[in-house]
Amino acid sequence: MTTNQIAFLALALLALIGGGGVVFSQRPVRAAMCLVLNFLVLAALYFMLGAQMLGISQIMVYAGAIMVLFLFIVMMLRMDREEPHKVWWTSAPVVGTIFGALVLFIFALGIRPAAEMKPGAVDPKFGTPQAIGMEMMTTYAWPFEVASMLLLVGIVASIILAKRRI
Amino acid sequence: MAPTGIVSDVPIEWFLLLGAMLFALGAVGVVVRRNPVTVFMCIELMLNAVNLTFLTFARYQNGWGLKYENAQQAAMNGQMMVIFVMAVAAAEVAVGLGIIMAIFRARREVDVDDLSTLRN
Repeated sequence: MTTNQIAFLALALLALIGGGGVVFSQRPVRAAMCLVLNFLVLAALYFMLGAQMLGISQIMVYAGAIMVLFLFIVMMLRMDREEPHKVWWTSAPVVGTIFGALVLFIFALGIRPAAEMKPGAVDPKFGTPQAIGMEMMTTYAWPFEVASMLLLVGIVASIILAKRRI
Repeated sequence: MAPTGIVSDVPIEWFLLLGAMLFALGAVGVVVRRNPVTVFMCIELMLNAVNLTFLTFARYQNGWGLKYENAQQAAMNGQMMVIFVMAVAAAEVAVGLGIIMAIFRARREVDVDDLSTLRN
């Protein structure tokens, strides 16, 4: 067991604690805080994979911008606890266990063929803002434009949804 | 050429298993929870799990027998996919939370089991 593996296991444990907190905590504010923990740990894992630019944008976009939106909404809405279902076969533990086991089983089938892959020799510029910017302005110029249109549509839509009468 | 990052002795299955577990957690949350804001958080969890998997495959491509240039292009493709997932997630959250606010203003309560107006 090397230092990197121990660091990975510690980060993975934290990420799973954060993810479990999102799913299992009854209060939305607590769920939001667990989600922040999960985002920060994932940013650390991105750094571990050598993708510095994406780790930083993970912190800024997700933990910064998106979580602020979530917390705004959580504080504006008054939300009660969810009352449990009437019949046992639609209750959360039963449905959650079966569905989660099924999803995990399907993914486990896909993980085994990938097991012999090793970290390849990548360019020293892998993950730097320079490399990503070059790629975005050359190969991915057209998807980049489409993404900007999508964000524009999102802005207009959220303004329209915020009007008093839709 | 020396690999960057510090993943060299962490097996790829660990990263993939973590991504799968986070995705399964998020999927369970989407199915089980009935508060729409929490459902949204679970969707974010799933998107992040997919991002982690994309980056893992971007970093670990030895074993496909790719040529060096193609391997570099594959590494960049994985990262660009994550960038676009982030952009889509930002737009999705802005619109989705706006819809939740509009529903809340109209109905004073939000529970995804009770929102069946669009049925039929």
